[in-house]
Amino acid sequence: MTEYLLLASALFSIGLYGALSQQSIVMIMMGLELMINAVIVGGAAFWYYNAPERPDGQVVIVVAITAMAAEMAAGFAVTTAIFRARDVDMTDMAADLKD
Amino acid sequence: MASLATTDAVIETTAWWGALPLLALLCLFAFAATAFDAVLAARTAGRSTRSAALEPLRTVAGLLVQQRRRTLAADRLLWRGAGLVLLVAAVLASGVTPLGRWAVGDLDVGVVWFNAMEIVAWAAVWLAGWGPNSAFSLVGGYRFVAQGLAYELPHMFALTTVAIGAGSLRVADIVGAQQDLWFVVWMPVAFLVYLVSVLAMSFSRPFDQATSSDLAGGATAELSGVDRLMFLAGQRVLLVSGAAMAVPLFLGGGAGPLLPDWSWSLVKTAAVLALLVYAGRRMPTIRIERFMEVAWLVLVPATLLQALFVSIVVI
Amino acid sequence: MDVVFWVCAVGAVASGVAVFRVDSMARATFALLASFVLASVTVLLVDLTYLGILVILMMVMEMVIMVVFMVMYMMNPAGLMPMTMVHNKKGALVISVATFAVLAAGSVLVDWPATKASRPADPTMALGEALMGPKMLTMVVLGLALFATIVATVVLATHRGRYDRYGDRLDRKRPDDPVRGGLGR
Repeated sequence: MTEYLLLASALFSIGLYGALSQQSIVMIMMGLELMINAVIVGGAAFWYYNAPERPDGQVVIVVAITAMAAEMAAGFAVTTAIFRARDVDMTDMAADLKD
Repeated sequence: MASLATTDAVIETTAWWGALPLLALLCLFAFAATAFDAVLAARTAGRSTRSAALEPLRTVAGLLVQQRRRTLAADRLLWRGAGLVLLVAAVLASGVTPLGRWAVGDLDVGVVWFNAMEIVAWAAVWLAGWGPNSAFSLVGGYRFVAQGLAYELPHMFALTTVAIGAGSLRVADIVGAQQDLWFVVWMPVAFLVYLVSVLAMSFSRPFDQATSSDLAGGATAELSGVDRLMFLAGQRVLLVSGAAMAVPLFLGGGAGPLLPDWSWSLVKTAAVLALLVYAGRRMPTIRIERFMEVAWLVLVPATLLQALFVSIVVI
Repeated sequence: MDVVFWVCAVGAVASGVAVFRVDSMARATFALLASFVLASVTVLLVDLTYLGILVILMMVMEMVIMVVFMVMYMMNPAGLMPMTMVHNKKGALVISVATFAVLAAGSVLVDWPATKASRPADPTMALGEALMGPKMLTMVVLGLALFATIVATVVLATHRGRYDRYGDRLDRKRPDDPVRGGLGR
């Protein structure tokens, strides 16, 4: 159990570093994906070691997978819109989308 | 051979060395499919079919001694790995396909495993397109990604329909559920969509716009030598793997009179493979933008209705 | 099983770090894919076969689509020049290291209770029955969320609306698209 949570913490921290430090929207999304990956590993560990007779851990994983897919789709749509407006994909200059 | 501890021993899992006859059979079927394709091409062109039937052997021999191409600023790690990834994924995809009563592995989610392994082909073809830093191959790789988005959803719904009909994702249960009536009889739409998607997933004719000659070979444009051999072998093995999986999913596995089950599996696989290669030769290359609209507007509702029908019948 | 777990764990973390260290965007995406696949193998090790293989399936598809977008939008897709595009690297590093320290301390020091319940024989069936039964609300919300995502994504990403395609009075018979579709629409 401890080793799974260590893996999940490591993945989460790496994802957090990426999400905070990267300038490009797509790289930020990769950080977010790593964080959700950590949630999946953590959910699996909690399900197996703490409550395998209930389906709650698996439902958490299903929700995390769906969140990943939806976040990716919405993120790429936002990037497309920003790129069409400004021809760059940096977050520093994308403070407003309305232009 | 170890047997599963289930009440109905419909499928027995072999030991690890059962993978070797699996590899041999996949290679044999891949050769046969390529030879049949070459024979059909030679017949339409009026050439001799006897020499066309040996064309795969000549191609393999030629590619083995051909020099590997190097391009400028290629991404070597991603490029050289593409053919290997495709071949390995195609072989792994048939890991759950049973030969009569024997299967190398019988996962309890065999159908999902098959689906996952053949999706690795998306990554492999894109890598083959991106790796060599060449415009034509990149366009070929992108064409295949677009085709993948088109066929994948109907394919998944067809597989889900089979799983609904059998009440399980395990291939052994699916074969066992077809003992009275084969799935192809009451799921014809799913069967047709599955056959179409097998052709599309292995970018064989008529879905070969990703590697077609208007792009000088598309994703295979810069491949030569052993890389090309692995990539083309992976493509053929993927086609064989898809055709072989159609047998336990829709055609009842090894069921049939007179002959033993493993020979019925081989006969049915050969029949499906011949049908696919023949259909590929009869139709011109399907353009991806046209297929995309047909797939999303016709095939997805059709497979959904089929799944609804099967669900009602099962309940 | 322990050896497999540690190999996969170290591999997943290493490729996760590699995502932000390599110059080529295509390699970064496939490093992320490697991280996902290795983490899914650890999920497979706790008997969640369906979810593990499902994550592998979905991640391969998503990473292929993501690499298309990466190559489209990033300024150095092939990594031919060395590049770092970060802002506030030190701050982010401090925050992430602190987070890892807190989480790792928690996971090592807390005395996690071992379960006495029996593991289900078929977790996939248990998941399916739960999602169709007591957790139906989750299923419904996920469906709605996915539908909303599809609509929002198409609205954000398309730059031609109904009036561009069908004319100012929506009276054109065939839409004015750059590429003709397969059904003649």
